[in-house]
Amino acid sequence: MRQFFAWLCLIVLMVFLVIGGFKMIHPFGEPPSAMDQYIIDNSQKEAGSNNVVAAVVFDYRGFDTLGEATVLFAAVTGVLLVLRAGAKKEEA
Amino acid sequence: MSKIVRTVANQLMLFVLVFGLYVIMHGHVTPGGGFQGGAVIASGVVMLIVAFGSGQIKKSLRERRLSLVESSGALLFILVAFAGIGTVFFYNFLVGSRIFGGIPPTGSNPGDVWTGGVIPLMNLGVGLKVIAGLSAAVLALALFSSGEEME
Repeated sequence: MRQFFAWLCLIVLMVFLVIGGFKMIHPFGEPPSAMDQYIIDNSQKEAGSNNVVAAVVFDYRGFDTLGEATVLFAAVTGVLLVLRAGAKKEEA
Repeated sequence: MSKIVRTVANQLMLFVLVFGLYVIMHGHVTPGGGFQGGAVIASGVVMLIVAFGSGQIKKSLRERRLSLVESSGALLFILVAFAGIGTVFFYNFLVGSRIFGGIPPTGSNPGDVWTGGVIPLMNLGVGLKVIAGLSAAVLALALFSSGEEME
């Protein structure tokens, strides 16, 4: 019984949090915020790039791309470390 | 696979390479970029693995060379990022200079490859990294599942 009430409280709390979170999201297609408008206006001047997505990914938010590259590097390193030749021979 | 499949895959790989390099080098003008173009070329390598078998591809794609290309791509990316540290990390210091320095007019325009500052260089670095990394991972998995080992 106590477990049931605990789950009920948790679910109610989650529902309220999710509804509250969705209400706070910037509405889709509304007049853009200051940051989007700045990037749209200035990416050709500052980054010299017609492709605004490329300007954001490699210039304005370059640090995130560095993290993404690190994730790929770690994945490939893990695959090669586990599966390449010589990994089995040392064990035997 | 049969001889027809092998021949067609052989001819098609050239076009896949050209299209992938186009997507990488035009990343700052048209949709696409380093990740997308690298994925295109890596899928071409997957096509070759399917057509010829991983044992055959193993002879021409060595793990050491792939690791070298991947690491040099990552190094190029980080070096270009550090080169702008006089202002701030990842600063686009090449805009307006001699290398990729063109500035396109504001608004819609047909675009020019010689623009973008450091963005084409970073696209190239990420592209090399994704080509070599995905090819190496897929080849290692294919070799493992067929019971062979990578050299």
